[in-house]
Amino acid sequence: MQIAVASGKGGTGKTTVATSLALSLADSHPIQFLDCDVEAPNGHIFLNPEINKQEPAVIRIPKIDPDRCSLCGKCVEVCQFHALAKVGKTILVFPQLCHGCGSCTWNCPEGAIEEIPNPIGMLESGLSIAGFPFSQGILTISEPMSTPIIRQLKRWESPSKGDTIILDAPPGASCSVVETLRKCDFAILVTEPTPFGFHDLKQMVGIIEEMKIPAGLIINRDQAPYPPLEVFCLEHNLPILMQIPYDRRIAEGVARGQTLIDIDPLYQEEFRKMMERVESIIMRSRKHTETKGPKP
Amino acid sequence: MILFLSAQQPRLDSLVDQRFGRCMWLIQYDTDTQQWEAFENPGAKQSGGAGVAAAQFVVNHKANVVISGDFGPHAAGAFQAAGIKMHLYGSEITTIEQAISSHQQGKLAAFS
Amino acid sequence: MKQLVILSGKGGTGKTSISAAFAHLVNCNPQAPVAILVDADVDAANLSLIMQPNQSEPHDFWGGSLAEIDRESCTGCGACIQVCRYDAILPDSIDPQKKQIDPVACDGCAACIYACPEGAIRMVPQQEGIWFQSQTPYGTLFHAELFAGRENSGKLVTLVKQHARLMADDGNIPLVILDGPPGIGCPVISACAGSDYGLVVTEPSLSGIHDLKRAIGMLQHFHIPAAVCINKADIYPEGASLIKEYAESVGINVVGEIPYDHRILQSMLQAKPITEIFPSSPSAIAIRNIWIKLASMLLENRES
Repeated sequence: MQIAVASGKGGTGKTTVATSLALSLADSHPIQFLDCDVEAPNGHIFLNPEINKQEPAVIRIPKIDPDRCSLCGKCVEVCQFHALAKVGKTILVFPQLCHGCGSCTWNCPEGAIEEIPNPIGMLESGLSIAGFPFSQGILTISEPMSTPIIRQLKRWESPSKGDTIILDAPPGASCSVVETLRKCDFAILVTEPTPFGFHDLKQMVGIIEEMKIPAGLIINRDQAPYPPLEVFCLEHNLPILMQIPYDRRIAEGVARGQTLIDIDPLYQEEFRKMMERVESIIMRSRKHTETKGPKP
Repeated sequence: MILFLSAQQPRLDSLVDQRFGRCMWLIQYDTDTQQWEAFENPGAKQSGGAGVAAAQFVVNHKANVVISGDFGPHAAGAFQAAGIKMHLYGSEITTIEQAISSHQQGKLAAFS
Repeated sequence: MKQLVILSGKGGTGKTSISAAFAHLVNCNPQAPVAILVDADVDAANLSLIMQPNQSEPHDFWGGSLAEIDRESCTGCGACIQVCRYDAILPDSIDPQKKQIDPVACDGCAACIYACPEGAIRMVPQQEGIWFQSQTPYGTLFHAELFAGRENSGKLVTLVKQHARLMADDGNIPLVILDGPPGIGCPVISACAGSDYGLVVTEPSLSGIHDLKRAIGMLQHFHIPAAVCINKADIYPEGASLIKEYAESVGINVVGEIPYDHRILQSMLQAKPITEIFPSSPSAIAIRNIWIKLASMLLENRES
């Protein structure tokens, strides 16, 4: 079972929720934690993993063999991203534009292209402080693309079928979040009851509805009812799974690297109960899918 | 000598376009024959790699010199590899005609 | 003309609230604007929620293309599956023997087009969002909305930024201020390109400090001079000290500390910059002092 924690707006408390959820379930479920916020991963601050495995995250970029290259320019023609240019008697490669799709390699009539790994970041894994597997991806500063690292991270540690995998998604509502959510059974959306939180939540809901992923809401820093949010949840059948009150104690604890469980142990039971509800929503959704056909 | 200049309109009296990769028009000017032609910049509508697309176009048209307001790292890399000299408009030049004339007087700064 | 980019690394540190306050402070005379604002956080664009445009000119944004299979011509041979690295080929929903493209997964690489022996696949340009040139009570704002789930390659960021820069050049407006996205990837790199100065808004949490270092690393990589301001500084004073130590160690100025102030939330709910609606609040005073320092660096010959 794969559960993503996403938000739309940054800073609503995704990582706080994802790590607290993982710790709450550590005794009752075989947990795996994946930090997919590869541009700014923070899960390690709360889960204190001991990293014992590292591997470079790579994009396979083309390397042209000048002896075999006939300068036909086919590679330049097929590349949709302008990562190749024919200049004088050479073919130039621009690694930062390359998507690693392999099209140039397959289409070279001379077989002059070889793919070589271009490291764009690092994959790391180990055991968290609570003993469950933890892994993260870290994008190298100045590299533009985070989506390929997220894709590799998800494939890297092959989870056992019974595991409950918790994925901490990046902020925003673009392709990196989509990659994180792909094949997930449920999305926990963490929002704050403000105009900014609400605006960005709507983007996220657009994504989960298109991807047909069941979702539920956690309202963080809850101080007063925010009617537009409540109306929206009713219209979109979004269950409100939990409300975490605005509490300066929580803000100060999280700032120090404490999870919600550290700050108030009662949250462990709240997260467990929430998880039971999430599991029953997933079951209902699977039954629905079996009668209606697979989701794309 | 073949010059290529980034422009806002397809005319010699056009205002210059300070961007290279996403400029609207690329004007080709032959200093020997004084013939010129305006091309829509293939990089203008690109999702990514606009500088490369525009540079590839200029390279394919056998330019000797390319003039713009600035060159991004990909376009600059392509021109350097191709041996095409890059020059800058600077803040004084406003039209393509002025740029051509200034270049022929050797007054345009080189890009580095 | 100078360009200031406001970053954070970590999301939620207060970039947008501070950007709106800067707009209010710098464009105090609507007849003579000093800055053009850009919301470069195109997939979660919030600046317009405070700046409240009274007039907006929308434009379609066409990004990349996605592949589409013609059901008539497809024979279901599966050559496309052999070359697709993005798991984007699925059984066709109407005729499962044939194939269709999953638009959410498709990367737009066109490898399938070259592999298809029937020529049954073509690339279809996609409208990926909308961008706006808006008039607000605090000056001109360029902003955009990327459609949910699309590739945020930085092209849309570059587009709104370029339009702002062109307008600033044409109108002799000396400053462009960009409210940047979180993170350090493509859209952030696009926002930073051409910047004369970067302000990193951080919070004194361990997460904030970790991500501050990555944001600073990025600005330094692109040789953009930077400064830091600490928002919600009193939430974790030890964290604020760590930030100041780090900043000193890498030669970066801390231009101010803003105390946690519940009035910032109030100002957001009322859709007004904090410096306008609560000008004597501790956060508004701190933000004003930060702006005075930045303005003196960016607008050397003008009165701020």
